[in-house]
Amino acid sequence: MLKEVLNHIMKKPATNLYPAQKLQMPPGFRGKLKFYPERCIGCKLCMRDCPTQAITINKLEDNKFEAVIELDRCIYCGQCVDSCPKKALESTKDVELTQLDAHKLRVVFRAQPENNSKK
Amino acid sequence: MHNSNEFKIPLGPQHPALKEPESFSVALKGEKIMGVDIRLGYNHRGIEKACEERTYIQDMYLIERICGICSHSHSTCFIQAVEEIAGLEVPKRALYIRTLIAELERIHSHLLWLGVAGHEIGFDTLLMYAWRDREIVMDMLAELTGNRVNYGINTIGGVRRNITREQAEKVLGGIKTLEERTKYYIEVATEEVTIRKRLSGVGVLSYEDALRLDAVGPTARASNVNRDVRRDDHYAAYGDIRFEVVTDMHNDVYGRTIVRVKELMESYQIIRQVLQKMPDGPISIKAPRQIPAGEALSRYEAPRGEDVHYVKSNGTEKPERVKVRAPTLANIQAVKHMLADRYLADMPIVIAAIDPCFSCTDRLVTIEYPNKRKNEVISWQALHSYSIEWHRSRGIDFRALNKKFSERIKG
Ligand code: SF4
Ligand code: SF4
Repeated sequence: MLKEVLNHIMKKPATNLYPAQKLQMPPGFRGKLKFYPERCIGCKLCMRDCPTQAITINKLEDNKFEAVIELDRCIYCGQCVDSCPKKALESTKDVELTQLDAHKLRVVFRAQPENNSKK
Repeated sequence: MHNSNEFKIPLGPQHPALKEPESFSVALKGEKIMGVDIRLGYNHRGIEKACEERTYIQDMYLIERICGICSHSHSTCFIQAVEEIAGLEVPKRALYIRTLIAELERIHSHLLWLGVAGHEIGFDTLLMYAWRDREIVMDMLAELTGNRVNYGINTIGGVRRNITREQAEKVLGGIKTLEERTKYYIEVATEEVTIRKRLSGVGVLSYEDALRLDAVGPTARASNVNRDVRRDDHYAAYGDIRFEVVTDMHNDVYGRTIVRVKELMESYQIIRQVLQKMPDGPISIKAPRQIPAGEALSRYEAPRGEDVHYVKSNGTEKPERVKVRAPTLANIQAVKHMLADRYLADMPIVIAAIDPCFSCTDRLVTIEYPNKRKNEVISWQALHSYSIEWHRSRGIDFRALNKKFSERIKG
């Protein structure tokens, strides 16, 4: 046991100094979702498979869709990413989703860049 | 509260961490426990019913959230039943990946338990060490599955992610470090006099009682019951893998500690074999959305013991009936037996010894005086410090050890 104690004398603390020091998420981490409106065909398979009904696909006009994702409902399972036949959805490494205002957790992805109210 | 009158302490019942919330009502005479009453079903989450309202794919994620620690256990157990009904031939590689995640989960669960056990007996340095080392396996799980908890690796007909060579190398590296650490924990558990003194003879469950009360998992194996679903009714890739089922003859909390730390060593061996023998090939096959009518019962050795899922389908996208029996439910009767004739001070560790995620909940004890109207509340913390003080006054004290460690660590 003494060996163990001596080993730790020179070491830094085992914890990370968050938020000064941020951890890098591994590739393939299931964080906040990203939607590519140009790829979506509006099949709504993602909506059908989502366990929490966190994603809604709305038709704007022909072949133009928007995705509304409620980040506070989403359980980051990534099922929608798997279900989508067109790879229009993607999990990102973004995990810092804390908000004081719950409305900001409703994220709308639209095709037009000027309306891209991603927050 | 130390007069000779007998009084009752209800403990619980809120227990959101598990499907089965528990409420213990303890009758005390002085500090001795005269009897324990266990009532279940207070905080029923209705997961089984909710499963019937959702499709099989959605159920996967719901089932996974029965428990944050055994999440892979529950989802695999459920999915095995569904795959059996649908008659799906899951690719070999997928079965190996499931086994790999299952063993990583066991390591994370046992290390977590070791920390909690350390905390409940007042040996907080052990908690710090065990949980720091647990981060290694948590990072591996995040790397392999995309999340630290609720891995979401399973899908009907296989798994959702493949593992690459580099990832396998990383896992082997992590396992090596963990193995060193575990050797150290085995040393601590077997050689530290204070731990031995504190845990021996606490929460005794004899071999006959373990069988009679149907204990499962490490709780039963510490009473020399040689049972393990992984070996007896093998699923996933366990049929191809050689490992020992760890048993112990101590019949008490000390024995359960030994079983768990030794099981860690077995898990490392299993992971090495899995990575070595893992065949190439597809990781999933296409599953139908509608599962044909039928029923299946599936068993799984979760870190805490045997997990049982029953699924009945009726040919639609949604199951007709899902029934879950998590290991804690099987072990609860044994706890009642273990507590009889012991001291109140041993209650935290005896309950913690079956690993029921108690730390998440049940932080409240109220004392009801049968003759008076008045009720008193003791928090879990107070009960915890009471237990530490009680043993301290009888010569079992981790204070000096804790202090020695933390001073040296600070330098
Ligand atoms: S990640 Fe899961 S919960 Fe979130 S939107 Fe996709 S399917 Fe729904
Ligand atoms: S599954 Fe993909 S293509 Fe279909 S609606 Fe959803 S995002 Fe669009």
